[in-house]
Amino acid sequence: MSQVDINQYLIKEKPFYQIQAREVELYAAAYNNRLPVMVKGPTGCGKSRFVEYMAWKLGKPLITVACNEDMTASDLVGRYLLDANGTHWQDGPLTTAARLGAICYLDEIVEARQDTTVVIHPLTDHRRALPLDKKGELIKAHPDFQLVISYNPGYQSLMKDLKQSTKQRFVGFDFDYADAALETDILHQETGLDTAVAEKLVQIGIKARNLKGHGLDEGVSTRLLVYAATLIQDGVDAKDACRMALVRPITDDVDIRATLDHMIDAIFA
Amino acid sequence: MVIAVSKTQKAKTSRLSPEQLLAYRDQFKCNFKAVDNVFEDCMEEAVYRLSEQGISDYLEGASRVTMIGRGLEPILTYLEEMPQVAHDLGEETLNMVAEAVWALSRTANGKSIPAFVQTIGIASRRLGCKESLGQYISLVMQMMARTASSVYGWKQTSYPSPGAISMLEQMPYLLQQLSLIGLKNWIEYGITNYHNHPERQKDYFSLQSADARAVLQRERHGTLFMDHERQLNLYLQALWFEEEIPLLVPYSEAFDQLRKPHPYYDQLGFRIPDVYGDLNGVSGINRYRMVLAHMAGHRRWSHQLIADNYSPFQRMAVEHFEDCRIDYLIMKNYPGLESTIKALHPQPDEWACNPEEESCIRHRLTMISYAMLFPDHDYENSDVIDFAQRFYAAMADGQSTTNEMASLGLSFVARTRKQSDQYSSVHFKDTEVFYRDDNRHLWQFIEEGDEEEMWDKRVHKEEEEVQGLPPRHYPEWDYNSNNYRPDWVSLYESLHPSGQASKIDQLLSKHDALAKRLKRLLEMLKPQQFVRVRYQEEGSELDLDVAIRSLIDFKSGAQPDPRINMSHQHDGRNIAVMLLLDLSASLNEKAAGSNQTILELSQEAVALTAWAVEQLGDEFAIAGFCSNSRHEVRYQHIKGFSEHWDDNVKGRLAAMEAGYSTRMGAAMRHAAHYLEARKADKKLLLVLTDGEPADIDVTDDKLLIHDSHKAVQELDQKGIYSHCINLDPKADEYVQDIFGQQYTVIDKLERLPEKLPQLFMALTK
Repeated sequence: MSQVDINQYLIKEKPFYQIQAREVELYAAAYNNRLPVMVKGPTGCGKSRFVEYMAWKLGKPLITVACNEDMTASDLVGRYLLDANGTHWQDGPLTTAARLGAICYLDEIVEARQDTTVVIHPLTDHRRALPLDKKGELIKAHPDFQLVISYNPGYQSLMKDLKQSTKQRFVGFDFDYADAALETDILHQETGLDTAVAEKLVQIGIKARNLKGHGLDEGVSTRLLVYAATLIQDGVDAKDACRMALVRPITDDVDIRATLDHMIDAIFA
Repeated sequence: MVIAVSKTQKAKTSRLSPEQLLAYRDQFKCNFKAVDNVFEDCMEEAVYRLSEQGISDYLEGASRVTMIGRGLEPILTYLEEMPQVAHDLGEETLNMVAEAVWALSRTANGKSIPAFVQTIGIASRRLGCKESLGQYISLVMQMMARTASSVYGWKQTSYPSPGAISMLEQMPYLLQQLSLIGLKNWIEYGITNYHNHPERQKDYFSLQSADARAVLQRERHGTLFMDHERQLNLYLQALWFEEEIPLLVPYSEAFDQLRKPHPYYDQLGFRIPDVYGDLNGVSGINRYRMVLAHMAGHRRWSHQLIADNYSPFQRMAVEHFEDCRIDYLIMKNYPGLESTIKALHPQPDEWACNPEEESCIRHRLTMISYAMLFPDHDYENSDVIDFAQRFYAAMADGQSTTNEMASLGLSFVARTRKQSDQYSSVHFKDTEVFYRDDNRHLWQFIEEGDEEEMWDKRVHKEEEEVQGLPPRHYPEWDYNSNNYRPDWVSLYESLHPSGQASKIDQLLSKHDALAKRLKRLLEMLKPQQFVRVRYQEEGSELDLDVAIRSLIDFKSGAQPDPRINMSHQHDGRNIAVMLLLDLSASLNEKAAGSNQTILELSQEAVALTAWAVEQLGDEFAIAGFCSNSRHEVRYQHIKGFSEHWDDNVKGRLAAMEAGYSTRMGAAMRHAAHYLEARKADKKLLLVLTDGEPADIDVTDDKLLIHDSHKAVQELDQKGIYSHCINLDPKADEYVQDIFGQQYTVIDKLERLPEKLPQLFMALTK
């Protein structure tokens, strides 16, 4: 089953990642011991970027699976497919990663149904094995294999929480939006926007995050700030760029929109 | 006043020769001697402002106003006001006004002519174009025509409109507060509601009654606080407060004439006006934001000073300097607000105030305030320039402090003090900064007053405890004006008195056979514990139908559907039902073809239904209502959602009595507010009634029908399904107008006990 080219999953160029605290060393330590890792934090604060960065730094391939509600266990593990001669087995991404020794990154794990998430259990404890009951095979995980999941504890409903039995298989990293100075720096480095404008963008971001819970489900993410900075860098008027990138996507609420629009006018004189 | 002005003008330039004047006087047919005193001045103004044709129209109009014989007053007003009006809005207005006056004099409302002519001047200034003035005139004429009444007998007698004069007296104020359309709505409301009640009509149109003010409030133009409360809260939340945001409390500027209230804040919250119009190109909402920003700035950067140490002028100066510091910091944080501050901050003319005659203290302080905020000012006063420099220097190293501002303010007062500051006439023009609060938070008073001892401390009266539930007010829909009457109905809720619970048990045992039949029906309705969920890839059981289909697909070479399993899920009914009983007097009548009253039949029906619903386990509440005019709608609690079908409830049901009338809308709105709070998937309001909505203070049959219909629509919007069970044989005439298709008419009343539970089950199946 090794027809999969593992090299395509290697990250060739260094992704830009602004280190916030000691997360890089801590992750490296977790990887050394092959502990499963969970990264938490609001959307667009750099979770996926961090995982990508770590995969690059460790020189390991990274297989990313975006989880969704319709995903079944076979989408992770693999299934029999029909072909001209009958059927053949097709590995799922989790199986591929376990066989070849990649980092398997399950993005937004809570979006998947709970019965789906259970298939990762045997891989995430001392067994480090993946039974393929349909195929009648037990895969011993490759020594380099590691499982990483991400989830956003904020907006999901009560129904969408991880089970304790799943949660307690991981070591965790808590992510949040970087503080103002760092975030300014991120905008500057990602897009080349000059620091004065970047500071204002970050100010808008911080003020807008004050509205979280008052009608906004999530604050303005760093990702959106980067979008706005990119637009400004491309010559778009700053106020237009902010409306387009920071306000319109995150809310349909007229009052909040008016408040944010006013805030942009107040900050960009 | 106009006369006095034109007299002084005459001394300077006399444009009219005596012959010309005489010729004009001949054209103007009027024998009042008093007219001659002002005629010359008015003609001069007319000649100056009007064309040849205009002058002759003007004189002709004045002659017509004279001919109606209502005395000197309207003639003088016409002569004085019209040249200006005609000049501003076009000369057609001359005829328009004269004709309106003429037409009015032909009606019973002749007495209001002087007051009417009096309003033309202000109306023309407020409305600004001749079409609007025309609309205004016809609006007033219509109002008078519709409120005047006449009695036909052997001789027709007409009574003038009772409210017209009061309304015209209020007109300057009304025009200031309302747009023309708002004025129209306000007048319309008065006419429809107080048409046949002259005294109340008078109260309404003279703005004495509460609802006159309420409607006025609603129709005022500008940005209403009520409409933007959330937006302002969000504004504070986002831009100013990281943790707790203060409560916003509006006050009305409309009725405090003596002393205009200012925004302020204290421990209880921010007080702000209930409405803001646009000012100097700044929209109402931005004015609100500016006021809030300023107060929030104070909260963030100011601290208290001890007031007892300063004189009133010193306090004023300190406040101005501190305000400027706050504004400066606001602009530094949010540079975009600079344009707003600049638009709202007055820029007094340096030479506008004469220190010989009036007190210039406010003028001086506003000048320095402007100079400190906007360095590009063009004031030449050396003190102003000097202190502005000192202010910049103080602010240069960051935030500065309240104390530093206080010392700046004190030395400013000391430097610029003048004897005339003590004068009682204070120069006020251009000195009010509208977005600033009254700074009461800045001062800490240690002594309550200057007196040595305070003998009578204020004694706080103990507030009386409220007995029972306070009334709730509900609006009522008026289909004539297509608008709600604000807070029109007062509803009192109380617990229904109790009676013998055994009576209900007897009733139930009478219907034993029926109960058995119902029970069988209930069994079928009972929540199914398990529901099959099919088409599952992973499930607890193989779903044979799908499995076989998949196998066939597979054998025939097509892609088989892998979702061949099924699983089971719990399913429950989640429904909240409110049964609203009409307890009006008509329930006491005997039902046709039965020896029981409708009330007794209803009791039986409700008892059976309640029993049945209890079996099903749905959330169920019962309430009764009746009304005795809009001031007293009684809403009686019989069973609450959390109560079980026990003896307490049975007792209340047994004591059910009928009386008074049926004001359905308010009761439905009240019932809906309970249903709204339930967390059920489906919400149902059942209204059991025996007749159309009616009340003793409503003469128009349609009114309450339309109101009830509106209530049904409101409920619909809240996700509450309403259904009417009507016992009135003539129900077909109106029930559709209220409930659309959601009704059942029960013709054979004696079968009600059987029908009601069945209906309930059918509705909720």
